[in-house]
Order: sequence, then structure tokens, then C-alpha cells
Amino acid sequence: MSWNNLPLGRRLLWVVLLGMLLLGVSLVLGLGLGSTAASWHRKLAALLGLSSPGDILTTIIWRIRGPRVLVAGLVGATLSLGGLVFQALLRNPLADPYILGISGGSAVGAILGLLIGLAPFPGVALLAFLGSMSTLLLILLITAGASGARKGSLLLAGVMVNAFCSAVIIFLVSITQDARLHSMLYWLMGDLSMSAPAQASSLIYLLLPCFLVILCLARPLNLLLMGEETALYLGLNVAVTSRLLLIVTSLMVSLAVCRSGLVGFVGLVVPHMFRLVLGPDHRLLIPACLLGGASYLILCDLISRVLPAQGEMPVGVVTAMVGAPLFILLLVRSRR
Amino acid sequence: MTPAVLVQHLRVAYGRQPVLHDLSFEVPAGAFFIIIGPNSSGKTTLLRTLAGGVKSREGQVEIWGTPVDRFSKRALARLVAVVPQQMPTDIPFTVQEVVLMGRSPHVGWMDLEKPTDLKLAQEAMTLTSVAHLAQRPLPQLSGGELQRVIIARALCQQPRLLLLDEPTAALDPAHQVNLMDLLAQLKAELGLTVVMVSHDLNLAAMYGEHLLLLNRGEAVQVGRPADVLTYEQLERAYGCAVLVDENPLGGVPRVTLVPQKFLRARGF
Repeated sequence: MSWNNLPLGRRLLWVVLLGMLLLGVSLVLGLGLGSTAASWHRKLAALLGLSSPGDILTTIIWRIRGPRVLVAGLVGATLSLGGLVFQALLRNPLADPYILGISGGSAVGAILGLLIGLAPFPGVALLAFLGSMSTLLLILLITAGASGARKGSLLLAGVMVNAFCSAVIIFLVSITQDARLHSMLYWLMGDLSMSAPAQASSLIYLLLPCFLVILCLARPLNLLLMGEETALYLGLNVAVTSRLLLIVTSLMVSLAVCRSGLVGFVGLVVPHMFRLVLGPDHRLLIPACLLGGASYLILCDLISRVLPAQGEMPVGVVTAMVGAPLFILLLVRSRR
Repeated sequence: MTPAVLVQHLRVAYGRQPVLHDLSFEVPAGAFFIIIGPNSSGKTTLLRTLAGGVKSREGQVEIWGTPVDRFSKRALARLVAVVPQQMPTDIPFTVQEVVLMGRSPHVGWMDLEKPTDLKLAQEAMTLTSVAHLAQRPLPQLSGGELQRVIIARALCQQPRLLLLDEPTAALDPAHQVNLMDLLAQLKAELGLTVVMVSHDLNLAAMYGEHLLLLNRGEAVQVGRPADVLTYEQLERAYGCAVLVDENPLGGVPRVTLVPQKFLRARGF
């Protein structure tokens, strides 16, 4: 029996099972691998909590790598889901979580924060969040009056806001000369290295409700994909649903971005990859993007930590370097 | 008997631009009702209004005796199904998935389809002869197949009123007749009330039990094909010369378009 002939419930079960497996493997690798030289059985013992409490390896795995892996997973899931929703909502395959100026706004906020010398958390993160929220408000205000052409104007407004913010960012970067320049560039390319346990757990409480809301709106998203008019005739309150999706998605992406900086490409590559494999049904794509997106960023972060002989590279470099070829490969194979 | 649709003194405007003014008519339950009229006479707007898609308007629109605004979107979609003129065809949903979307107003947003939903979709696809295409993705369908799939989706909503916006516009003659026969059959077998917009006056004459001729947002005439498709009314509404005689198949008018060169040759 081919994949499409399977009942939806069965397909969903497979997606969740395989996704969990992938996430499990990514978690073990993300926690277990790193720059510490230790034998596998010692690491395994530390992972399972069998080694003595004061063991240095246990501290490294659970206090240092643990929060970082958790943040990477949450950010990956958020960006993938954000891309999925924006691509459906704006009916544009190039839409990504940053399309509405979320990246531009939060980058301006973060860089201002770094310039005036705030701590990465909460200072810089808070300014980044405020920045993205104010661009979102601005865009909602710009497009509030327009009805039929809303999607077009929403996209255009986002592109314009992003362009303006880029100019501001380049200006701010160009007038900075000292060590702060380095942290700015890292923030702009995505940086997961500053993850403390408290931040990681607060991120969970904020993001999980957003995931749940979007999970509940899987069927409406399918209807929206068929066009707003059709969705309306199939009984969907289009205005309320699309506004809700827009706000929840922007909110969760802003929350993720203010923690991680601009991790590019995840929101583009993960949803499209799953669409090629699973088809357009959001009831499968949402769980797939959550689990797969989390695994993807955990693995990319692992590479960014382990690959360079000294130090680390920004995770955004890895997401694009791994993602783009992978995606092109899938695209070519699916066309055959 | 309560009419399926009752429209009284309906006015709709898009901004300052009036689209429908003071329109009144009714569609009897179980009728095959066809709306005709020149481009931009307000046909599609009227259809949208009946489906609850136009908010700013004056006048009364009732569906089986209940004002259309009283329905929630979901409740209205259980009663009225729409086959729109345009729809995206680039999304690779399978035919079965698209037809199952017709169950949306009946099942919760979180529910997966139950066996009864699958059975209804199967029946709808069989009725419109697309059951063999169930696993085919939408972009691979021809125009005629697509139209039948969308009608199957509409039937899956189990509506009492079916609205169609120029469903035959992109079809070849054989598919046009097949589709119209299908609609007549659905009306007879399921007791559906069918309201459709058409540019084809002869199809309207042959299949329509009641016609509404719209011009510039006003009703020129409502009634049986023979009362609506008269030379004077058609010429006035469409602004072109037509020849109206009796269809050789019998019983209904036949409309023939008259080219300019023909008129010129006879000194008009």
C-alpha cells in the first residue's frame, strides 16, 4: 500500500513516531558530543544519571549542553513552524519566519542593546523582542485598511520594513569598532552559545502554547491554502483565523529570535523538505516541522560546536551550508 | 412553501461604486435557477452575497426563511455550498483530500475524518464520476475533471442549496452538456436547489427553470426562459443584436448571435 493510500491517522502516527525517533537521536548526540574527551560509556552513564553527582561530565552535559540543546530544539521547531504557517498564510513559497520584518526589527533592537553594553540576557533579548513587536505592530497598522490586496501589501510592507532595518543595522555596525562588533556579527548570524538553564525553561512555557494553538488550526490552514474565498465557503471565519495565526506566529518567532539571533534558512528548508515528502496536508506537516525542525537545529548546532578546531562558528552558517544542498537534492529527486 | 432564497431590495456597493441596486427576487425550493447578464452586471457579487461573503449591504437576504447574517459561517456552509469560478490548482492535494474538505463544516477543527466522512466523499465522487481519480493530485487534472471534483466537494458538504459561478466557462461543448446534465440529475435525485451564473444563453434556456436577467445591478426580468430570453430584453441588456427563435429541440427559446458583417450586408 502506498503512502497516499494509508488513512490519515496511520500516516500521522508514522510521522510522529519517526519524528520522535529522530529527535531522540539528535538529543543524545547533541548532549553527548562536544569538545570534552571522555569515553562513550562514561558519557552514557552521565546521560542516564548513573554517575556520581559531582562528576564534571554530568555538569557539562546537564548544566551547559542541556540548556543549549533545549534552546536549539525550541528555536528550530519555532522557525520551521513559522515558515510553514507564513508560506500557507501568504500563499508564497518564499515566505519565511522573518518575512514581516521580524528579523529586521529584532536585529535593530539587539544591536542597540549590544551598543549600549547591556547583558545578553535579559537586556539584549528584551530589546530584540521589543524591536520585532514594534515592526509587527507597524505592519498591522499599515495593512489594517486594505482587504482584498492584503496579502500582497503585507509582503511588500514586510520587505520594506526589513530593508529599512538593514540600513539601520549597517549604519550601527559601521560606527562600531571595538569588541562589540564581534558579538553583533554573531547575533546577526545566529548564536546559541549563551543559553542558561532558566532562559531555556522560560522559553518552553512561552512557546508551547503557541505550538498548541497552531496545531489546533491545522485543518483551517489546509482550507486557507485553497484560497480565502473557498475557505469562507467551507465555513471558516477567515478574517479571525488568519489574524490569529499571524499574531501567534509572529509572537513565537520573535520570542525565539530574541534568544538565538538570526538563524536563517531553517524556516525555508524544513517546511519545504517535509512538503516534498509528505504532501501539503498541515495535519501531518505541523508535527513533522515541530519534531524535524527541532532535530535539524540541534544537529546543526552540534556541527557548529564540534567541527571548528578552535572555538565555534555561528549556527546560521551551518543551517544554510547543510540545508541548501540537501534541499536542492530533494527538489531534483522529486521532479523525476 | 418557503422559498430557498428570498432577496428583497438588495443594495451592494464596493466603496462608492454601486454594484447591485434594489434587487428583489426569489428562488423556489428545488428549482434550477440561472442568473444571466452582461459582464460586470453584478452576477458574481449576487452569488457571493447569497453565500454570506458580502458584508456591507442593505436589504434582505434570506435562506430558507432565515436572514443570511443569522447563520454562523459553519452553519451556513452546511446549508449552502459554492463552486467558485477560480481556485488554486497548484497545491498537490489529492482529489480525495479536496473532496473531504467538504466535510469541514460538519466535523470539528481537530477531528480526523471518520469512516462516515470517507463514505460520503466516496459517494460524492461516484456521483460526479471522479472516483477513479481519488488519489490523483490536483495539478494533474484537466479542466473538466477539476470542475467535477469541486462539485463533489460541494456535495460532500451535504448542502440544500448549490451555487455555481460559470461552471461551464472553460469547458468544451461535450463537457458543458455533461456538466449541465449532471447538475439537472443532482437536482432531481438529491432535491438540491441549484443557482448558477452563466454566460451561455442557450444552456440557460435549455436547463434553467427560472432565469434572472441582470443588467447594471438591476433585475431586467425574472421568470421562465421564454419570458426572459426575448429579443427586446436581450438587446437592451447586452447591447448587441441577437436572433431569438424556437429551439428545434422544442419548448424553449434559441438565441443566435448576429455578427456585424451580417447586419451591414442587409443595410442595418
